[in-house]
Amino acid sequence: MTGTYAHAPGFIVGDRPKIVTSRFEYEDSYTLTRYLATDGYQGLRAALSRPANEVHDEVRTATVLGRGGAGFPAGTKWGLTPQGVYPRYLVVNGDESEPGTYKDRLLMERDPHQLIEGCLIACYAAGLSQCFLYIRGEMALAQERVAVALNDAYAAGYIGKNILGTHFSVDIVLHWGAGAYVVGEETALIESLEGNRGMPRLKPPFFPAANGLYGQPTIVNNVETLANLPWLMCNGAEAYTAIGTKTSPGTRMVAVSGHVKRPGVYEIVNGVTTFRDLLYKDEFCGGIRNDNELKAFVPGGGSAPWFTPDQLDLPFEGSQVGAAGSMLGSGAIMVMDETTDIPAAALTLTRFYAHESCGKCTPCREGGTWLERILSRVVDGKGTSADLEQLIEVGTSICPGDFPHASNEKLGLTAVPFPYKMNTICFVGPSAYAPVNSALVLFREEFEARIVKRHTIPVTAVGAAL
Amino acid sequence: MSRLSEGNIRLANEIIGRYPRPRSAMIPLLHLAQQQDGYLTNDAMVHIGELVGSTSAEVYGTASFYEMFKFEPVGKYLVNICGTLSCALMGSEELMHHAEHKLGVKMGGTTDDGLFTLEHAECQAACTEAPCLQVNYRYRFRVTAADFDSLIDDLSAGRLVDEIPAHGTVARVAQHIPRDRGVGAVPPESVTEAPVWLDGKAAL
Ligand SMILES: Cc1cc2nc3c(=O)[nH]c(=O)nc-3n(C[C@H](O)[C@H](O)[C@H](O)COP(=O)(O)O)c2cc1C
Ligand code: SF4
Ligand code: FES
Repeated sequence: MTGTYAHAPGFIVGDRPKIVTSRFEYEDSYTLTRYLATDGYQGLRAALSRPANEVHDEVRTATVLGRGGAGFPAGTKWGLTPQGVYPRYLVVNGDESEPGTYKDRLLMERDPHQLIEGCLIACYAAGLSQCFLYIRGEMALAQERVAVALNDAYAAGYIGKNILGTHFSVDIVLHWGAGAYVVGEETALIESLEGNRGMPRLKPPFFPAANGLYGQPTIVNNVETLANLPWLMCNGAEAYTAIGTKTSPGTRMVAVSGHVKRPGVYEIVNGVTTFRDLLYKDEFCGGIRNDNELKAFVPGGGSAPWFTPDQLDLPFEGSQVGAAGSMLGSGAIMVMDETTDIPAAALTLTRFYAHESCGKCTPCREGGTWLERILSRVVDGKGTSADLEQLIEVGTSICPGDFPHASNEKLGLTAVPFPYKMNTICFVGPSAYAPVNSALVLFREEFEARIVKRHTIPVTAVGAAL
Repeated sequence: MSRLSEGNIRLANEIIGRYPRPRSAMIPLLHLAQQQDGYLTNDAMVHIGELVGSTSAEVYGTASFYEMFKFEPVGKYLVNICGTLSCALMGSEELMHHAEHKLGVKMGGTTDDGLFTLEHAECQAACTEAPCLQVNYRYRFRVTAADFDSLIDDLSAGRLVDEIPAHGTVARVAQHIPRDRGVGAVPPESVTEAPVWLDGKAAL
């Protein structure tokens, strides 16, 4: 059985294990009343009934992988704070803005108490004495829902002084951004939270767990990562790892958008569900629109190198996807069918990253702009073949060496595994190049055609309405 | 107009009080000023600097980094149409052309009556519901040309005032930490001890 709910646009439910979306069926899932009627704050109770270090161990044993992009296990991250240095802070990354990504907003709008409970469990387990919940500026409804939830939870004694009558006390402060993609990067998020321009810091020395907010040890975790914790505390690490695989336990929220019959957000079993399942099975997207051919797909958010049908049988598992030349990133798949104008599609992503460059490092600031300019020229039919070489040259100045890409049987290509080397502070620069490189490596003939016959081929819009 | 009003100063101080360092309140206070005036005036930025202990140049330096802050008046309704890949694949470019035609302005322009400002936006975290747009950060999903026309007509006729506040207001609900429930923020240097609950015992 699959279905949708008018109150949760985009979310598609199915007969699969539900860890973070179990309340989405209720129209009033965001209220404290509904939350309490559906096991709400029981995970917190379970956690507080044990010493903090045991709760931390449970999270470590469960291997809760970070859902923000890098996939680093939360329990391990919490253990990286230096011994004896206090205060330590929790910063919740609710800045969701990676192209293709849509899950954290749903979790904040539909189940804010679950996120709050997750924050409390993390603070208890890792000894974090204040929590800042940073929500993307453009998400009005999420901010409202979380504000109401926080107010209600404070009034009911779940947040603040002496939580549930214990000596565990922590404030959760709602913070919100003002529109800048790069602020989603954890060190930029901290800069922004300190009242500054949201520019990433150099790592080392600024690994947040050691040197974060106000120079103190700081845990930055994604919304979905934290939303897993209440279920984990209620059901235990064994039940958690029974879902999914050893390296990728539990479930994952995945958004599939673009040219599929039923685009949507799905909670899938981690590690085993394949891209083919997601794109073609009836319980998921049900195939490509109009039964067209699949041309390419972006497997892990706009920053990820692209895949073609050759990679459809890969499961949603980080190391295999990495070896195949891309990344799972933020759980965002963008699907392009046979009608897609590939250079124009790449341009929308490159333009995004070029515009979102914070300007701190030259290869990204200058390189991104040049990639956008040259690619625009090519898309407009005004490019030369020297431009194609130039794109690669600029890309190499951002990321020296072989850039990761997928294998392709027809083209006789073998995969270059992820990750890449980079000359920049953060991943925005390389992300501007990723779509260009993928498009050029996998669909070079589309660029050549633009150049050779540039006066006769009309330039069509991306995905001309079909 | 322009410095924060008495009511907003109270709110500003409440917000500042939640952070270990006042400067962290910068972005929330800038939003408060924009909510008051519809955009950021110089006087408001000077005032915010006084409240958080920064120079007005620092306040402007921070504000100018962020897309949502406007330094001159914009339309009552800011219409942001997403143009990133998922939306582009589903026809956002046509939607943008249609919008320009319907409103009689180019992207970035404001209608003569001051009602609408049209902007090209980037991914709005609604990619499965493409093409999408936001009006003052409230969503419309899978928008057709006809949907767009009726949205503009409804906004023009004042039929959506309950759902969509004028530009400047994002969330209509604020967090309030009750005095008797909050732990309170302290500067990091005044904390050196481990939190009391790290005593190796169960809290409950
Ligand atoms: C440019 C850039 C943008 C990012 N945007 C986000 C984001 O919007 N949300 C998020 O949770 N993580 C984002 N990340 C990843 C964060 O830096 C960080 O790894 C993550 O929030 C950690 O949480 P997790 O371990 O729970 O995944 C971004 C990273 C980069 C380099
Ligand atoms: S890579 Fe780009 S966005 Fe990242 S720090 Fe450098 S200039 Fe800024
Ligand atoms: S691409 Fe338009 S909402 Fe994500």
